[in-house]
Amino acid sequence: MCLAIPGKIEEIAVEGGVRMGRVNFGGVIKRVCLDCVPEAGVGDYAIVHAGFAISKVDEESTRETLALFREMGVLDEELADEEAVLARAAGKTQSCCPDGRYSGQ
Amino acid sequence: MKYLTEFRNREIAQRLAQEIHALATRPWKILEVCGGQTHSIIKNGIDQMLPEGIEMVHGPGCPVCVTPLELIDKALAIAARLEVIFCSFGDMLRVPGTAGDLFQVKGGGGDVRVVYSPLDAVELAVKNPERQVVFFGVGFETTAPANAMSVRIARQRGLKNFSLLVSQALVPPAIEAILKSSANRVQGVLAAGHVCSVMGYWQYPPLAEKYKVPIVVTGFEPLDLLEGIRRVVAQLEAGRHEAENAYSRVVSFEGNREAQKLLAEVFEVTDRAWRGIGVIPRSGWRLRAAYREFDAEDRFQIAGVRTVESPLCRSGDVLRGAIKPAHCAAFGKECTPRHPLGATMVSSEGACAAYFNYGRFLSAKALAGAASTLSGLGPSGAADD
Ligand code: SF4
Repeated sequence: MCLAIPGKIEEIAVEGGVRMGRVNFGGVIKRVCLDCVPEAGVGDYAIVHAGFAISKVDEESTRETLALFREMGVLDEELADEEAVLARAAGKTQSCCPDGRYSGQ
Repeated sequence: MKYLTEFRNREIAQRLAQEIHALATRPWKILEVCGGQTHSIIKNGIDQMLPEGIEMVHGPGCPVCVTPLELIDKALAIAARLEVIFCSFGDMLRVPGTAGDLFQVKGGGGDVRVVYSPLDAVELAVKNPERQVVFFGVGFETTAPANAMSVRIARQRGLKNFSLLVSQALVPPAIEAILKSSANRVQGVLAAGHVCSVMGYWQYPPLAEKYKVPIVVTGFEPLDLLEGIRRVVAQLEAGRHEAENAYSRVVSFEGNREAQKLLAEVFEVTDRAWRGIGVIPRSGWRLRAAYREFDAEDRFQIAGVRTVESPLCRSGDVLRGAIKPAHCAAFGKECTPRHPLGATMVSSEGACAAYFNYGRFLSAKALAGAASTLSGLGPSGAADD
């Protein structure tokens, strides 16, 4: 939840006076508030906390960060949809030991 | 460096580690505040790349872990109510309250949902006018702007069925509580880059000066962490203590002023209890009077919450950096990610879960010299002003 994830702004629309947008995080698209990054437009990259964009970043660092987060598994964790999160919580995959050595006895 | 597959990055990581080895002539204890950083340090084996004497002390920087048990119990009580749709980040589902967790409330018929953002919870409130939608607003300064925006939008739209269960904690007062403790042995601090992206780092120069401790704003990725550590060690070896920014691609000195304005409009500073640590003065936010009608604690008036912590769990000592997770007798035995006894084992950002998942509890090196870094920082130590 604490992780700031960079993504690409694909769409901007003003909803009830609030600047909202669709942001693409390496293929996963989320609804994001863009009110506090007035300088960012469609095609720009921004880092986002819990659906709230905080600052613009450049494309290259976005790409690197997303690739690394994906490898570390944190991208999945942060952006997973509700069902996936619930399934994880149910303990099916909850030993969450990447190499499977510790099954959580 | 398990996750640095790209050759260039691996090379830079090795060079940074070598520079740290060349710089360090003495042992130093460095606090990383953010739970995400703890996770990344353990996951990428950064602690093992450092010289023997450089010890990373894991701070209280996981908002899930420090959410008071009483508030979790309130969340459980609210979530169980028939009229309520209770929305939360996924991280909170398995955090144990006195009797059960949110996931179990859902299993028992409670309408508990996982959302990506509090703004999605506001949408749910619009679509379900006959239900009460409550969002569990847990987090540090990172999640606060989204939480603030959610109540601002709810007020603009005149929503009577949206409220926030606020559990906002502030990082700088927690750093200060650790540094001012008489038992403190932390000599340098990595400030949490993602918190600073919102807040900037104007709060840190006075702290660095007052406690004579270098504070370096540091990111979450392996190279960022190594660079942050390198800069802290360089300052320590040179006898300097300044606030410095090693994460300038995301963080500016001022931070996001617009977001800070929004936060000041919606929240006011309050004393706050940190689970396992105690009350830290002026270390949290609550809704201002103008927004109080959106406070779930006020709206639902949950009374009679009696909390009981597991007697085995030492997560308070873990959060204070006084012990490493492996020093807890329950670690890996009674307490595992499958059967967590404390919040530091539940949250994926918690120090106990990080140690468990990466098998660090098998390493004798991790055990050696880790004890009592901050011992003595008890509830009174943290709270004395
Ligand atoms: S290992 Fe479990 S019981 Fe021990 S301190 Fe960590 S969370 Fe608590």
